[in-house]
Parts: sequence; structure tokens; C-alpha cells
Amino acid sequence: MSEVRYSQEHEWVKLDGDTATIGITHYAQEQLGDVVFVELPEIGKKVEKGKELAMVESVKAASEVYAPVSGEVIEVNSTLTETPATVNEDALGKGWFAKLKVADKGQFATLMDEAAYNKFVEGLH
Amino acid sequence: MGASENTENLKRTPLYDLHLEMGGKMVPFAGYEMPVQYPMGILTEHQHTRSGAGLFDVSHMGQIKLRGESYAQVAAALERLCPADFLGLAPGQQRYSFFINNAGGILDDLMVTRAGNGDDKDHLLMVVNAACKEQDLSHLQANLNNRCEVEPMFDRGLLALQGPRAAAAMQKIAPESVNMKFMTGRPLNVGGTECFVTRSGYTGEDGFEISVAHDQLDNVARKLLGDMEVKPIGLGARDSLRLEAGLCLYGNDITETTTPVEASLVWAMQKRRREQGGFPGAGIVQRQLAEGPSRKRVGILPEGRAPARAHTEIANEHGEVIGEITSGGFGPTVGGPVAMGYVRADLAAIGTSVQLMVRGKALPAKVAGMPFVPHRYHR
Repeated sequence: MSEVRYSQEHEWVKLDGDTATIGITHYAQEQLGDVVFVELPEIGKKVEKGKELAMVESVKAASEVYAPVSGEVIEVNSTLTETPATVNEDALGKGWFAKLKVADKGQFATLMDEAAYNKFVEGLH
Repeated sequence: MGASENTENLKRTPLYDLHLEMGGKMVPFAGYEMPVQYPMGILTEHQHTRSGAGLFDVSHMGQIKLRGESYAQVAAALERLCPADFLGLAPGQQRYSFFINNAGGILDDLMVTRAGNGDDKDHLLMVVNAACKEQDLSHLQANLNNRCEVEPMFDRGLLALQGPRAAAAMQKIAPESVNMKFMTGRPLNVGGTECFVTRSGYTGEDGFEISVAHDQLDNVARKLLGDMEVKPIGLGARDSLRLEAGLCLYGNDITETTTPVEASLVWAMQKRRREQGGFPGAGIVQRQLAEGPSRKRVGILPEGRAPARAHTEIANEHGEVIGEITSGGFGPTVGGPVAMGYVRADLAAIGTSVQLMVRGKALPAKVAGMPFVPHRYHR
């Protein structure tokens, strides 16, 4: 079974073998408000953990989506270009941003599990 | 994301509790804790204001009264600081203007209404920006104290009711509002409370701005919200609505370093004032009118989906920087990105192709006419 982990920057990562699917959390989409534009990376781009992977813009402002793990972009969710509101409707599912081929699975283990992330979000209030 | 804002030393309007009750998300704005949005969200709030009616708390803005021995004396006094024709205002008529400095720069923009019945008791009521109100008051006192009385009315709040259903909602509790035309104001009983109401706003839609004493503000707001068509709207939608309407935000689109000619606000300087001068910076303004300004405020329509925000550089087709975006974002009614900014005057014609430098990429855009959404005022 694939496992989901979370970053302090409010991204989620689901790991299947060496493929990491990345999106933003429900809390993140709530904070952003209505998403009106998403800029996705190019296929083949190599991103490092903590560096910009994508951009998400709400009516209010633009925010970076950081790569929670390093890897190479192998697929992007191009439906977000046409219907960016999918990020609000289903942040943890259909609203995923990109899939990476992960080099170092050890980075995944350092991220928060669901319980730890929920506690982290609670602490922000 | 997620860092909580410091809310110490922030002021609150008398509607603070009502905002919380309605689920308002409070943020610091111009020294106040104000609702940026309610649970409906900015997009829906924006659309509701274009299709129904929205109620905005704009009580952070400053209201100032000018009065004197005669209306002519008061109007002449304000004409020393603003390039608009106030002497020519009819009783009840409202006008958009700005305080201007010796370099022709804009110190603040404001709405001015001649209140009264056409006699010597007529006075001027001004609404100025929240962030500028103390400075505006000092400016008026320092320059006009020996010519008229400058009376701050910071104990009054302001509500804006905007949208195609605003008139119907207003009529239910203030029947006489039905006779008011765009850019006029009068004292009016609103649901049992004496208010001063103007038919104006900051969204491009028909609507009203209602000046109410602080202790009655909550009461009047709740009466208006009692109408099913009326929903509370936050600062987020206020900004996207005014941007689509092509209206300037002070501090972004007009500042101390922009003149009214550069800002494409020549229409707000009536002919007599343009010709005769008699306001700070008149020489510079008249020279720019005669020779043309070196840059102009224009509408900008990005051709793709990416919004271009304030401070985005604007380049010509050769990549040479020719200006900067001053306001930009997503226009929910337009259904895409909209912006305004300053460009070199020779590239200000509608339809001119430009490039917007967004995150290191040059995105194609065109100079466009404003408003982006047609105004629907009740003239």
C-alpha cells in the first residue's frame, strides 16, 4: 500500500515504488482560497527537495509549491491548467500537481505522517 | 503560509463583532483588522456583487466635513488643494477628486459631495482613504484653517451596498433612495436611522455608500443584511471588483509620484481648473496637458491564463522595459487575468503588443481599454 507524507510547507507526497505524486494539502487550499491559475513544471525537469516545483495562484496572491523530495518530473496534471479550481475541490486527489521519479527514498521518511501533520497544523492556530 | 499576522495595535470598526459572527477572515489593512473574505470566498463574493447585492464595511475610511460662511467660500478653499471644480457643484452633487502636491503628484484621492439645499449653509463632505486620513486632516488644517472649518467625522462609519439588486434592497428600508441618481448625495432615513447616503461606489455597479454614526452602524448593517439578496463582501472581492471597473487604488495605481495626467485622470480635472490652474503643481499639470505626459496609466490584458501582479515589469516587443504593472490579478467576471499599469506614452495605444516579465518568462499581453467590465451606474 502506498503511503502519504506531508511537508511543513503544506505539500503532500504519495509514494508508489519510486514514483512520488505531489499536491498541496486541504489546509493549504483553504488558506489560499479560490485557485485561479496553476503553473506546472516541464516533463524531464530535475527538482531538488525544498526548491520550487510549481506555482499556484488564488484571487489574492501567488504562492510557490515546493518539491518535498528530489526527483525528475515524469508527469504533470494538465487538467489543472484548464480547471485550476480542482485544487480546491479535491486537493488530496484529483488536484495533484506532478509526479516525480524519486532518487532517494530516504527523504520521504523524514517527512511528517498524517498524525504529525495534523498536529503541526493545529499548532498554527 | 500559515504564519499568523500580528494584530497588536490594530483598530477595529464598530462592525468587528458582526464580521466574526459572519465568519469573516480578519487581516490587517491600513491599520485596521478588516475582513478579507467570508466563508463564501472571494470568487463567489465577487460574482454575487455583480449579480445580486454586496455589503462592504468601509468604516476604516475617513470622513471630513468642510464648512464656512458660504458655500462659495468652502468650495474655493478646497479648490486650493484639489484640481476639481467644486464651485460648480450643484447641491447634492458628488465629484471624484484628489489632493495634489507641488510636483503635481497625488497625495490621496477622495469623493466630495456638496451637502445642503443650495444656500449658505451648504458644506462639503469628503471621504478619504484610511491610510491617508490623519495626513489628509493635517493637510486640510494646515492649509485651510483660516478659510473654513475643517471638521473630522471619524466617529462615523461607512457602508457600501453595491450590485444590480442594491437599489431594490435599499428601497425596502429607505424608499426615497429610488429617486437618487449616480454621483449625488443626501441625508436619508435608512431603516429608522438618519444617515447621509450617496449613490456611488467602487465596484462599477449601481449602489450606495451610507454614512452612519458609529453607534448605529451595526443596526443599519444588520437591517441591510436581513435582505436575502444582500451578502457581506470582504476586501478581497472589493479589490477584484474595482480592478475590473478600471478604478485606481491609492498607493498602487496613483501615488505622490504620479500626476493626474499620467494617471489618465484628466476627466476629473474640469475645464475651468485645467485652464485657470490655481492648485499645487498646476504648472506641471498644464505643461503635461499641452505636451503630453511621458508615461500613461493603461489597462493591460495578458493573453494567457497567468495573472501579472503589481510590480511586474512591462517590456516592448524587443524586450526593453517600458513600464510596470501597478495592479493586477484574476478578474472573475472577465474570466481571466486583468491588470493596469504605466507604459511609455508612445506605446499606450489600445491594442499595442507588450510583454509581461512574470517569473523570468516574457508573457504576451496587449494594452487594453478600461473598464474591463462595463460600468452599470444609475445615471
